[in-house]
Amino acid sequence: MNPLQIVVCAGIVPDPLQTLEPTTGPNGPGLKNEMVLPAVLDPWAACALYEAAALAAKHPGSKLWLVALGPKAKLQQVMMTVAQKVAFELVPVDGPIGGFPDAHATAAALASAIESIAGLDRASLLLFGGWESASRGAGVTLQLIGERLGIADQFFGVDEISLRDDGSFEVLERVEGGKHQVSVCVGAPAVLGWATGNLAEPRNNPQVGMANMRTIMPALQKAKTAALDANSLSYVSVSLPKQQRTTHVEKNLTPDEIAAELVAWMGKDS
Amino acid sequence: MESILVLTHADESGSALTRHSLEAVTAGKELAARLGAPLMIGIVAKHANRAASAVLNAGPRLLAVQGEAFAQARFASDAAACEALCRAAQATIVVAPQSSRFARVMAAVAHRIGGVIDTHITAIGSTDSVEATRWFYRQRIEAVITRTARPWFLLLDSGTHEPYCGEEGNAQVDEIAIAVELPALRTEVTGFRAPQQGAQTIRPDAKLLFVAGAGWTKKQPDGEVHVEEAGKLILGFLRASGASLGSSKSLVDQGGEGASVLPFLTHLNQVGQTGATPRHAKGLSTCCHGEEPHVVGWRFIGERRAISLDANCGWTRGKADVVYIADAFQVMAKVNELLAKS
Repeated sequence: MNPLQIVVCAGIVPDPLQTLEPTTGPNGPGLKNEMVLPAVLDPWAACALYEAAALAAKHPGSKLWLVALGPKAKLQQVMMTVAQKVAFELVPVDGPIGGFPDAHATAAALASAIESIAGLDRASLLLFGGWESASRGAGVTLQLIGERLGIADQFFGVDEISLRDDGSFEVLERVEGGKHQVSVCVGAPAVLGWATGNLAEPRNNPQVGMANMRTIMPALQKAKTAALDANSLSYVSVSLPKQQRTTHVEKNLTPDEIAAELVAWMGKDS
Repeated sequence: MESILVLTHADESGSALTRHSLEAVTAGKELAARLGAPLMIGIVAKHANRAASAVLNAGPRLLAVQGEAFAQARFASDAAACEALCRAAQATIVVAPQSSRFARVMAAVAHRIGGVIDTHITAIGSTDSVEATRWFYRQRIEAVITRTARPWFLLLDSGTHEPYCGEEGNAQVDEIAIAVELPALRTEVTGFRAPQQGAQTIRPDAKLLFVAGAGWTKKQPDGEVHVEEAGKLILGFLRASGASLGSSKSLVDQGGEGASVLPFLTHLNQVGQTGATPRHAKGLSTCCHGEEPHVVGWRFIGERRAISLDANCGWTRGKADVVYIADAFQVMAKVNELLAKS
């Protein structure tokens, strides 16, 4: 089988343990103190990156690019960690952070960045990413990039891909009811929007990190800036959900009493 | 003036619309009535005439793409079908279910016809303009959005509307069929695979979501882990109650880290930041800390109860209605006994 050409699209998002508070600025909604919130690589996209690296490792000569859009300073911060996980070449795009910019504009900027990758064989391209982000959570950016790149086979909610010697692959996509749909595609190019996959997060490897950082820092310095068009999207309101629950903490019931209460609760119509 | 197209698709039988599609029909009808806009319904199915019978009286105009190629949920054929329906309808607003089948293609369709798309819509309002409600940051921030660009595609989350239920009729599919020029099909759907052998533990229609946290596989007061007992208690409860099983990420991840695991759990069971956000009337959490990355998956759970040994866990801080400070092993054993008796 030929070496693989894998491009992973991944955004950066606030660490999920952070408290988020929306604010409205001159450019529309955003998060309070967004630039100082600790950030991580988008979780589902990170799964895509690890799966891509595992595939590339199995096929000598394969190439792996990570295309990421965000403010350069935040990208650099996140890459200090991500770079220690797996080997890749970063293609950064300097642009706004957050889930509120329009997905169509984000897709256009990322597609343009992929088109500009020197040496990328688009006919052999496997375009990876998360099936949804943890910020906008729309699940459309990767699909729009694929459409812009003219890729006619797309798969979302992917948990597994099995490559065959002839270049074809079997792919498992999540569908309703806790099942996977099984498809066989004749081969690249294809888009795969990953769910969690099956791999654990790789351990940090300082040697991989040092090798990656040699190319990451120059790439960040040369990153092109993307201004994202709103595409007529406007926000009527952005708010935190109201805290509605008054929690009753029950410390003094026996297991029998709790069980009886739970069974009665389960039987009641809500 | 707006015009509304509701896109629907058949279930695995190929001849009946999915429940989620019928929910989109309800949403489309409500929106059309509010705006005084014409409503069209588009159907993608192997046997569109049979599928159309359920919505024959919902709108004045039905359009359909049918045939063997559309029995499979596949990007190339579904995108071509939806594109053809949209071009035929020329609607300004396209409403569709956020099903795995349509979520896979609809952004591409919107792009092909020069439209824009927003997904995971939970409500559509309209006063002077059409407004859609959706969540950001994994159900942590809610926003109402609007757009002036058209056509505007809105993918509706399941469970946000009642499924359309109208008088059935006989659709004349020849009169509504739209021709589709299919691209070369390079993908074939070969079937479906359940993630594990044995009982199906994910039940989207269940009234109760039962969530197991990592505590089930931790050392118990006797200093030992009791994974096998935990598995029996959980599966016994699922069988007796008909509940759907969710899990925290930490518990599912243990499988990949070589720790003791519950064999029936997979990433598909995962609820939260990197998992599902299911809709159930009630939820019961056990052996789980209730921290934010997990609880964001509970946004659409109605009544919430939790069993935890930790009186300071996340659930006690306004995230659950009732928290029982108790040993889940003991409580669930008693619950199973009571359910067996009843």
